[in-house]
Amino acid sequence: MRSFTYVSAPDVDSAVRTLAETPGAKPLGGGTNLVDLMRQDVERPPTLVDITGLPLTGVDELPGGGLRIGALVRNSHLAAHPAVRSRFPMLAQALLSGASGQVRNMATVGGNLLQRTRCLYFVDATAACNKREPGSGCDAAGGLHRAGAVLGASEHCVATHPSDMAVALAALDAVVEVRSVRGARSVPLLDFYRLPGDTPQLETVLEPDELIVAIDLPAPVTVHSAYRKVRDRASFAFALVSVAAALETRDSEVVAVRLALGGVAAKPWRAVEAERVLTGAPATEETFRQAAEAELAAAVGLPGNEFKIELARRTIVATLRRLATS
Amino acid sequence: MVEVELRVNGAARRVDLDPRVSLLDALREHLELTGTKKGCNQGACGACTVLVDGERIASCLALAVQYGGREITTIEGVEHPLQRAFIAADGLQCGYCTPGQVCSALGMLAEHRAGAPSAVTADLTATDVPLTDAEIKERMSGNLCRCGAYDGIATAIRETAIKEVAA
Amino acid sequence: MTTAPERTRPAATRQDGPNVGRPVDRVDGVAKTTGAAKYSADFPYADIAHAALVHAGIARGRVTAIDTGAAEAVPGVLKVLTHQNAPRMAPPPKVSIADLSTMAPGTPVNYLNTDEVHWNGQPVAVVVAESLEAAHAAARLVRVSYEQQPATTDFAVAREHPKQVKNSMIDVGEARKGDAERALADAPVTVDLRYTTPGQNHNAIEPHATTAAWDGDRLTVHDATQNIDWTRKHLALRFGVPAAQVRVVATFVGGGFGGKGSVWAGTLLTALAARATGRPVRMALSRESVSRTVGGRAPTVQRVALGAERDGTLTALVHTGLTQVGRVGGGAERVASQSQYLYAAPAILVRHSTAEVDALPNTFMRAPGEAVGSFALESAIDELAGELGMDPIDLRVRNEPERSPLSGKRFSRRDLRRVYARGADRFGWAGRDPKPRSMRDGRWLVGWGVASALHIPVPLPGDVLVRLRADGTVLVRSGLQEIGVGIATIVAQVTADALGVPLDVVSVEIGDSDQPTAPGAGGSTQTSAATAAVLQACEELKRSALGLARRAASSPLRGARPGDVETRDGGLRLAGGAGESYAEILGRAGVPALEARTGSDSRLGQAVGQARFMARFLNDRRRWVHPATGVHFCEVRVDPDTAEVRVSRWLGVFDVGRVMNAKLAGSQLRGGVVMGIGAALSEETLVDPRTGRIMNPGLGEYHVPVHADVPRIDIECLDEPDPTTPLGLIGAGEVGITGVAAAVANAVHHATGVRVRDLPVTLDRLL
Repeated sequence: MRSFTYVSAPDVDSAVRTLAETPGAKPLGGGTNLVDLMRQDVERPPTLVDITGLPLTGVDELPGGGLRIGALVRNSHLAAHPAVRSRFPMLAQALLSGASGQVRNMATVGGNLLQRTRCLYFVDATAACNKREPGSGCDAAGGLHRAGAVLGASEHCVATHPSDMAVALAALDAVVEVRSVRGARSVPLLDFYRLPGDTPQLETVLEPDELIVAIDLPAPVTVHSAYRKVRDRASFAFALVSVAAALETRDSEVVAVRLALGGVAAKPWRAVEAERVLTGAPATEETFRQAAEAELAAAVGLPGNEFKIELARRTIVATLRRLATS
Repeated sequence: MVEVELRVNGAARRVDLDPRVSLLDALREHLELTGTKKGCNQGACGACTVLVDGERIASCLALAVQYGGREITTIEGVEHPLQRAFIAADGLQCGYCTPGQVCSALGMLAEHRAGAPSAVTADLTATDVPLTDAEIKERMSGNLCRCGAYDGIATAIRETAIKEVAA
Repeated sequence: MTTAPERTRPAATRQDGPNVGRPVDRVDGVAKTTGAAKYSADFPYADIAHAALVHAGIARGRVTAIDTGAAEAVPGVLKVLTHQNAPRMAPPPKVSIADLSTMAPGTPVNYLNTDEVHWNGQPVAVVVAESLEAAHAAARLVRVSYEQQPATTDFAVAREHPKQVKNSMIDVGEARKGDAERALADAPVTVDLRYTTPGQNHNAIEPHATTAAWDGDRLTVHDATQNIDWTRKHLALRFGVPAAQVRVVATFVGGGFGGKGSVWAGTLLTALAARATGRPVRMALSRESVSRTVGGRAPTVQRVALGAERDGTLTALVHTGLTQVGRVGGGAERVASQSQYLYAAPAILVRHSTAEVDALPNTFMRAPGEAVGSFALESAIDELAGELGMDPIDLRVRNEPERSPLSGKRFSRRDLRRVYARGADRFGWAGRDPKPRSMRDGRWLVGWGVASALHIPVPLPGDVLVRLRADGTVLVRSGLQEIGVGIATIVAQVTADALGVPLDVVSVEIGDSDQPTAPGAGGSTQTSAATAAVLQACEELKRSALGLARRAASSPLRGARPGDVETRDGGLRLAGGAGESYAEILGRAGVPALEARTGSDSRLGQAVGQARFMARFLNDRRRWVHPATGVHFCEVRVDPDTAEVRVSRWLGVFDVGRVMNAKLAGSQLRGGVVMGIGAALSEETLVDPRTGRIMNPGLGEYHVPVHADVPRIDIECLDEPDPTTPLGLIGAGEVGITGVAAAVANAVHHATGVRVRDLPVTLDRLL
């Protein structure tokens, strides 16, 4: 790990001021991803602004049944929050399926959104990686990419986003509240992430001087939701494919649905095509399959991750089936 | 260098630290508390688990400067029937992951007592989740044991939890 | 069942005692659960410096330049060692059977004494600094230029050019009985199958760590090693100092599994760095450095072909295996080992070959050969059972041999029929519908699988010193390694019973080369070696104590002969009960302590000891095969949508000879099963075939089983002695992992109808 200057921010104003005034400065939350990447020499911030002392740890009710979640709420605390467990079960499950008990106690909600990819070539400083070193190439595409993207990838990058929580937030129409010295702005989560294109190093629309201060959740379309994560171990592994789904049926007809996929793209993938097929259709296995097909029609696999397309299809159907029958 | 007051196992020590020093390395190299182990230095094995204000964390991913003034408990500060239960159930072999397993289990039991759910909890709204084998194993999955003492560890935790409830 | 006749029992064989055979708690349990147990990175040294490795980024070539300027400029950096400035080390020795410690290094590469690069990841520089942080930061700043040479980095390419292993004392290149290929061609029912297994890493939770301090020409090393003696001798040789001036300490070792059985770069380069800087140096390898410098289990490709009569009688067994080895070291996985012992085929052919890759040399990993060879053999047996429409246990029973099938030698004990029957009964095997996809639990597909386990421990000699003090306490010292077995506990149990004293008066000191030389912790042999030596030493102590007593006029033991007295109740007793405590005997004689030790520290003594051991070993090997055997029963659940596999139930029934401590033996066997489940379902060292670089050198992406992957594991041992070994032990360290992956794959086939012949059985192979 390279040397850096450590600054502890007493309040949000001073935090964003330091970020604005110090080139390359990064906010430090739980450190669970950043500290690791600094040790691997992938991240080299000259200054870290410790934000864990900021008063961004609340989970507050919003009018109309939504929630405002402070950016520094720990993943485990959010998962255990009664409102999340009762009204946003897919979010609780997504949080609980991520990492381990220890890491969830450290990781913050804001930091979770900004996790970097787990692509094997991104974390190996000897490899070519356009995300780590723009223009150097992508060793993953012709190499080991079992965890790689099948949706929205480019010739420049096939990395996936590793967050579980963000997949649930994508399905829940979350809004990211951002502050900087230039003021505050709200970014819908679906607009927060960028696909790699030819600039895979740019992963979000967040500017370097901006700080995530909260995530707003609107009232859920239904409390009937679930997060299903498929991985290589029973626990403590990143998703090969995951599905966040909310489904409301009336007289066996889909009246409301929200669907997002994880492990398949550089961002949490909101399955709008599938939602279109599902809405108003009979809640049957056949419909679920059609919806999955529609969403994955554009999927492109590489030799090592082709299976993810079929796996995603099956996981979508299985998750919707369970919601429809439970 | 940053001056930090680390409160470990009830005693406060002021140390000057390079901000790069992890809490794990601060304990091991600066406070001579070598009971906490380094297994991967990436948060992927749990050997470095300590309790901070009663919550379990991976001390290898924690920068020590962030933990000034917090109540840190390492294995050297643990005196709990669970340790005896680990020995009785042979929930250890080489012993290297054991301090982390013990600290993690104590943190986990506290989370469970507080009603926290896990990824295998069927009823998310329940606050009194039965501590089944499946619950123990999921909640302890952040602690690898390459010797494969998982059976004994689960037994030790379960029996300790049962005794705590009975007491 | 076969067992050797009674008369072959060595005189020293003892049956049950008050401690041997009891599941007592580990004597080091408190130290391990309180953080008091010291591992090799836990020893404080004033003035300690920290070291970190720099790894080559190419697979083959020469270092043309190393720019260390930026690294040296990092505050706190003391020295950057490269091949240009590192002190010279004597080259690694040629392997010689006369001195087994010549097998210590994992490779002949003389690190930092050469500009040659032989694998992607080879250490090319060491940074020594005042702090861990400075050492690791500076290591990232060392810039290395290379002249690359053409390299073979893809096993798929290399395996087109196999080289057959030569037959030798330690290796089987080819062995045959009859004409197996011919018998195969003539057989009415056959299977002829290809299996592959990937590279795997030990990934003991303790990364390799060394603390080295020179005092003039004396070297003290705290090292995470499974072999104190080899490490000492190897360091002495490499640094040109007498072995007596090298002290190796390994009080506790955080798991090994073979990965700490050799002397790898970290150990040598820590001692080198300490010598170059004049400071005590600690190098606790990062997990990445462990993966890049310590060999793992090599990938294999295997063929198993079986021919059988329609009633299941085997007529032909062919098992050949190709192993990836490094161009600079490593050896064949003896994958066909079990095929020489398990089934009574009249025609057998086994063959081992290797293919060289420019890669980190492979090394032993728990049950080398057998762990992955049993995947192929025991899967093939299951497939043959399917072809025959026969129960896989019936097929095994039908082909259970009376003598070792290939050599015709006798088994010292073998009772697999009973093991199978016991296992089948406890597991409820009779309730299995053999049809694939026939069993369900709700939506889950359920499958049951079975596989045999077999491992033949390699005996090695070991010495102990036992001191009986006038206060009645006993001290045992031996340079044994505690890697999780509970060796101190077992030594204490055996000592207590041999001397007839309570367990709590026996203390055991291990893990130091200043103690009598012990064998490495490997080959499932440490326990047998140590306990045999303890028995011998205690027998000598008994005679010495009696020698004192029988001369004393006031002793009730006056004139007694060794055959007249027993050791019990803390002393020597005649059959009638009269006798004296050791305290009384030693006190009266004014002797503060009696000591007995086996073996000798002198070079001559050691050579004589080794020659004597070799003669005994060869004589025994001419007569007997000592197999640890067992059977695994496993239940898996497979998600019909996603093909996720969960192991939901496990039973292992084993015959490992006499069980010294069921708690510890059970743990060891369970540990083998857990590691086997990892091999079956998730473990794989990922190598980019273009560069030969290991791409998952961490625990995040190398998936060892977590708590949630492992069900309760039910273990039962027959617990009957091998009549030809002291104490009746065979060995339990490795048999547990053999057969595990096959049991899982067989169960997955039963659950899904999909046969996976390539490990690991990840869900993409089932979709």
